[in-house]
Amino acid sequence: MENRPLEYDYTVAKWFMLVTVVLGIVGMLVGVILAWQMAFPGVNLMLGEGLAEYTNFSRLRPLHTDSVIFGFTLSGIWATWYYVGQRVLKVSMAESKFLMFLAKLHFFVYLLVVVAVVGTLLLGISTGKEYADFEWPIDIAVVVVWVLWGMGLFGLIGIRREKSLYISIWYYIATFLGIAMLYLFNNMEIPTYFASGGIGNWYHSVSMYSGTNDALVQWWYGHNAVAFGFTVPIVAMIYYFLPKESGQAVYSYKLSLLAFWGLMFVYLWAGGHHLIYSTVPDWMQTMGSVFSVVLILPSWGSAINMLLTMKGEWQQVAASPLIKFMILASTFYMFSTLEGPIQAIKSVNALAHFTDWIVGHVHDGVLGWVAFMIMAALFHMAPRVYKREIYSKSLMNTQFWVQTLGVVLYFTSMWIAGITQGMMWRAHDEFGNLAYSFIDTVAVLHPYFTIRAVGGTLYLVGMFLFAYNMYKTMTSARRVEESELQNASPMGA
Amino acid sequence: MFHWLEKHPFFFAVAVFVTIAFAGLIEILPNFAQASQPVVGTKPYSTLELAGRHIYISNNCMGCHSQLVRPFKSETDRYGHYSLSGEYAYDRPFLWGSKRTGPDLMRVGNYRTTDWHENHMKDPAAVVPGSIMPAYRWMFKKSADIDTAYAEQVTVNKVFKTPYNTEIPMADGTKATVKLGATLDEAKADALEEAKAIAADMKDQDVKDAVAAGNIPEIVAIIAYLNSLK
Repeated sequence: MENRPLEYDYTVAKWFMLVTVVLGIVGMLVGVILAWQMAFPGVNLMLGEGLAEYTNFSRLRPLHTDSVIFGFTLSGIWATWYYVGQRVLKVSMAESKFLMFLAKLHFFVYLLVVVAVVGTLLLGISTGKEYADFEWPIDIAVVVVWVLWGMGLFGLIGIRREKSLYISIWYYIATFLGIAMLYLFNNMEIPTYFASGGIGNWYHSVSMYSGTNDALVQWWYGHNAVAFGFTVPIVAMIYYFLPKESGQAVYSYKLSLLAFWGLMFVYLWAGGHHLIYSTVPDWMQTMGSVFSVVLILPSWGSAINMLLTMKGEWQQVAASPLIKFMILASTFYMFSTLEGPIQAIKSVNALAHFTDWIVGHVHDGVLGWVAFMIMAALFHMAPRVYKREIYSKSLMNTQFWVQTLGVVLYFTSMWIAGITQGMMWRAHDEFGNLAYSFIDTVAVLHPYFTIRAVGGTLYLVGMFLFAYNMYKTMTSARRVEESELQNASPMGA
Repeated sequence: MFHWLEKHPFFFAVAVFVTIAFAGLIEILPNFAQASQPVVGTKPYSTLELAGRHIYISNNCMGCHSQLVRPFKSETDRYGHYSLSGEYAYDRPFLWGSKRTGPDLMRVGNYRTTDWHENHMKDPAAVVPGSIMPAYRWMFKKSADIDTAYAEQVTVNKVFKTPYNTEIPMADGTKATVKLGATLDEAKADALEEAKAIAADMKDQDVKDAVAAGNIPEIVAIIAYLNSLK
């Protein structure tokens, strides 16, 4: 009996995989609409004057950010957790009815929150804080979702057979703790209906913090939601999926240690770089700036560890589109974590802040690193949970190149747009007067906004190719035996 | 030590939590008491202004407009005096924004007027040729939510001691008082008076009629808010 391989139960992993694909398409579709609205404002009225309120750029923008962060990325994180967790802890979800129940409840409450978020944001119900836009009833539901996941996470760890926690588990634990702390403190708010004795909207609330303090807490949260949503769990994925898919051992355990504890210590300090030249105390701005530069070390530590894992096996990058996705993700991680610190240097920030260069930075990170890694993880998981080969390798290759081209168009156009606008804002003529009115600095961006919209559209086309490939994999690809699922994932032509 | 931690998940989690919480404690706590003091001339929002602020938030205006003037000549030339921490003392939440697709609005009340906003919100490109800002015509029809604004005033007055009905020193040496109605009806009547003064400067007949009939369209409230930004 001891020699029989465990039968893992992937029910909840499958559900989250499905939601990842759907919300990825929704979030990116809204993003593409926004991009075209910035290039051609007429798109704001795409469903006519009567629905203008709900198709307007400003209403849709939080829907884009939140559905990509808390929809696509978060469900991707959970899809991988309900797969990776069992395998590295050597315990099946089927072994505990209680944990299985928690996992299913986790999924369904999460779906309810998604529906509530989409509805309220479209109606303009918002607390006004970026990536923390939800009013208090939804915040409470978010906490419930998080606690359900946490109970499942530590529950599974509690009944594990493999005593040592694999590197990926470190990162999942950190994701859980980090977001829990940040979300709770940033969303401290007082429901006005109850505090005023029953006046006005029941769901409205007012922030516990005001002005500069509110900004400080918000960007401590905002930056680190990126840390613990877009970095830490994605690193968890690459530490599992790249060695698995390539059949190579992780290059260095010591480097993993250094990168993990370094990231944990340094990341939280860096939030201050969102507030450079604002009214928060100067020493905090400087700390934010300095620690952002230090952050290169642990970030590159993980990325280099991953690249060196491929040492001697680089032919796999050419041979397997799945390895391509992961290696490009890792490369974009390095790229993005170098670009961020550069933007956090005070003199660069003076130019870059408030411009599209920042938007470009976010997107080379999220499209190039986060989304590529999540899609690679789903591609690796699909044959193992559905017992079918990946439907089409050539479709994967096409998707890879279409999306890579999309990302490159996106960030190059936003670099040029951002730096152009930053330079024009500060330009003076020979008499010391401002050289440009604000609208001049908007009009000049039109070609770059258009290129960005094309880049984003290409990426979305890639998402549809991805969805189609996954759908065919689930339903009609060739069935595979367990023996074909050792390392490199089986793929059809 | 690390090998030991990796076999003991509870202590591992504690170690991770301490490592990540450390920065927050040191960076955030020391500033809290000091930064929330208002500067001379900073007033809390009136009921109508606060209702307008809610409309600003609801439509995510801060997605494209900052409210933070950085201390550079190019910014003070364009937008006015650079921002001071105390000027935000009554801003819950803060609305600095993170992107300037449109210009900063920290002191827009100093250089734009009610009728400019009216025309601009109806058709931005007609006022600023080349503008990519969408129109906000539904604000001329929907009514502002005065009740919730009043509820928020009562809340911040009770919980955070935001100084309503209190004399506040102004920069020119005079004193100003921002009224908080004793009842919702009183607050609504005051908001309507304020709305009438704004509607008098507007051209839209539907808005004028609505205000005359005791209704306050969203556009009037948001203009009250924008005019208060100085």
